Amino acid sequence: MPLVYAGVTSHGPGMTGRAHLVENLEARDQLYAALADQSQAIKESGAQVMVVVAAEHFANFFMDNMPAYCIGLGERHQGPIEDPEWLRIPKVAIPGSPDLARRLATDIMQTVDLAYAQEWKFDHGIMVPLHFLTPEFDLPIIPVNINCQGPPLTPLSRAWAFGEALGKACANADERIAVLGTGGISHWPATPDSGKINEPWDREFLRRLQQQDKQALLSYTDEETYLEAGQGGFEIRTYIATAAAAQGPLELDFYTAELPIFAVGCTVGHFNLNT
Amino acid sequence: MSLYYLQKVLYQLNRDDRVKQEYHADLPALLDGYELSDEERGALINGDIGLLYVLGVNGQILMHYAAFLNIEWFDYLESMRAGIKKYGPVREGVYAMTGGGQSFTLEGER
Repeated sequence: MPLVYAGVTSHGPGMTGRAHLVENLEARDQLYAALADQSQAIKESGAQVMVVVAAEHFANFFMDNMPAYCIGLGERHQGPIEDPEWLRIPKVAIPGSPDLARRLATDIMQTVDLAYAQEWKFDHGIMVPLHFLTPEFDLPIIPVNINCQGPPLTPLSRAWAFGEALGKACANADERIAVLGTGGISHWPATPDSGKINEPWDREFLRRLQQQDKQALLSYTDEETYLEAGQGGFEIRTYIATAAAAQGPLELDFYTAELPIFAVGCTVGHFNLNT
Repeated sequence: MSLYYLQKVLYQLNRDDRVKQEYHADLPALLDGYELSDEERGALINGDIGLLYVLGVNGQILMHYAAFLNIEWFDYLESMRAGIKKYGPVREGVYAMTGGGQSFTLEGER
């Protein structure tokens, strides 16, 4: 069955952990409203499971054995790895979907080399989106990771190929599946430059998604991205893979660079699956 | 290669409650399990966020370690800036130096 929903969202730990410190309450509440709308759209899609394409931050994968792409086959996932009081999200167990995940993995492997993991601990990269989108943590989640943290990194063209393979695998399954890509655009997270956001760079990247400009999306080099968008910009791979899975243009529902305390230009969008 | 093990200590500490228990019970013994330079070992013994940043620890690892040490967010950012002033630019890792360390967050100035 074709995807029933595909979207993207940001995931900074400040979105929950530092929410009480925000001074620009108007922008914060607009973000939260956009996320509430996204939550409703996922619910109304009738999704039975959500594949989350994430860019985790050394919660499961390290430079001793770093997969470019990995999918989670576990029956349940634990999260967050962070101190619950720091992230302001309690520790929970989140259901997986091992049978479907295994079928997706088998299908994707026909064209893309993919690692798998039967154990997966969620960090803020998945927990923050779920906190807003499935606040009861009851929708089964299949986590997918693209290494965006420890270079060398997978090329953008391969992220696109992975996304295409993911979309086709979901279409070959009987279940109603949503795909959510979560990452930052430009940002310098967890460094002294935290809060720096290159809004023009972000908006140009989003324009390319909105216009389905594949060639332009895949033209960024990591050197350019690092200079213009920081090491956090490497996470555009999650958006690119989700765009490829969706095969449709992005409808941008919300963007603001006015919440630097969240350390990222906060983005919410969904892909038009009908074109 | 030393930075690899320095980050590995923190990676394992961040994700594993049993390693956290070992940290509290006997930190020097825990560190004996990793190939660390004296400077790296000292930075971990002292919880020196600024030096760890300068030595090249990825912020995504360092941020969680700082939270583990109960360091508040703005103090964490300031510790890295102080580290640059004290020890010089970042020496290794994914960011040799991402900027001048100015504050981009109004809330942190209050």
